Amino acid sequence: MRFYEFETKTILARRGIPVPEGSRAANAGEAASAARELGGALVVKAQLLVGSKAGASRSDESQAVDSPEQAASATEELLKIDDGGRGPRGVLVEKVHAATAEYSLSISYDGTAKQPLLLAADIAGNIEDIAEAHPDRVVSRHFSALVPFSDYVAKEVAAGLGLNGSELNRMAGVIARLARLFLDYDLTQADIQTLARLEDGSLLAVDCFSDMEVEAKYRQKELLAEFGVGEEDTRSVRAPTAFELAGKKIDDDDPRGIIGPVVEFSGNVGLVIGAGGGSLTLTDAVRKAGGDPANYAAIGGNPSVAKAVALTKLVLGKPGVDKIAVMSNVVSNTRADLVARGVIKGVIEMGFEPADKITIFRVPGAWEADAVKILNKYGVEYCDRSVSISEAAKRAVDKING
Amino acid sequence: MAMFIRVDVNDELVAATDGLAAKLIEVCPVKIFKAGDDAGSVAVVEDNVDECTLCDLCLQGPEGSVSIVKLYED
Repeated sequence: MRFYEFETKTILARRGIPVPEGSRAANAGEAASAARELGGALVVKAQLLVGSKAGASRSDESQAVDSPEQAASATEELLKIDDGGRGPRGVLVEKVHAATAEYSLSISYDGTAKQPLLLAADIAGNIEDIAEAHPDRVVSRHFSALVPFSDYVAKEVAAGLGLNGSELNRMAGVIARLARLFLDYDLTQADIQTLARLEDGSLLAVDCFSDMEVEAKYRQKELLAEFGVGEEDTRSVRAPTAFELAGKKIDDDDPRGIIGPVVEFSGNVGLVIGAGGGSLTLTDAVRKAGGDPANYAAIGGNPSVAKAVALTKLVLGKPGVDKIAVMSNVVSNTRADLVARGVIKGVIEMGFEPADKITIFRVPGAWEADAVKILNKYGVEYCDRSVSISEAAKRAVDKING
Repeated sequence: MAMFIRVDVNDELVAATDGLAAKLIEVCPVKIFKAGDDAGSVAVVEDNVDECTLCDLCLQGPEGSVSIVKLYED
């Protein structure tokens, strides 16, 4: 759940990380007033959810100005940006400061190591780009999400950037504050893409963005209320596609079980997957096996046959999808036989043979014996729990990619 | 048309058992039964038959009044 840059800066400032003096403006008039109040060299930055990760200082997302008139004109232009189907949430008008050096800090959650990962570089920019172009200039360090963040880790990273003395202490202070707010606010990403060192040696977070774990919304009610984020607002980075809206409608139309969220990708491996967090693992397993998922769609909670039929038709009907894989973790509250009935019925109602379109069916658990009988009757390959998720995904990808 | 399940109803037995038709309509979790044209009778809602959860509640009337057939066991 992405935060706008002005929101990220609110959090940073609250935790003692200096940010440029500035204010958010909803329109050209407010931007001119802000520019008049701030004076001097300024930057006007569109407040975006989609663009900000790519770098809020990108030339098409911000403009340097030095007068209220220019600020107003820049704002008018920047507010025309399409932010994933939305307009920008105003602009941020900020003072520009001369930097003697620039750094980049990034904290994200490393799903493989299952720990937060702190990255730092002695140049500004998107840390992933820096890591690719200048891997020798990136310092990385995992840290625990369980125990309080240690200043020692921050000092290690700062030292890794070649800093010492007061420069090291200042940098370590910013790193430690960033790490602590990352944990406290349940963030999945906290990046300061441009951390500027000024003439006096102080550090300033110039370009930044953050992303919060959407499942932590209930823990961060106060913060979200402050930012005006509604309970249903997921701050998605793009407007839902017709495919995704159709998936939501299937879920809304039938209260039995759940389908969701349905997310559209550009690949050709149709996925009808779910159960106990398995859907993310399964999607990753398909990618790891060399497959390119056409969608993500978690089905579970004991869906009706009709719901499984509808999802099957949606996924198999997606342009570019020729076959689907039906896979889940071991299920106890979703009946394998009802899912089997649904996917087979969906395929047949589309005029196809189940054995031609369903690459694999791995839904081990409740009513599995009946599911096996159904699948056998229609010649669909079935895997029980002795076949790992990785192996099932590989078999599906092999069949789809030939 | 249902592909996986067939529901057979013995109309005479259902009609002969006081309150059975109403009970079948009430208990089926996926609404396979609806009131039939005659009093005390039921009709099968074909669209819902494949939703049968095999809960067997409908089988608890007089033997043979309702039968559930798994077509995938043919």
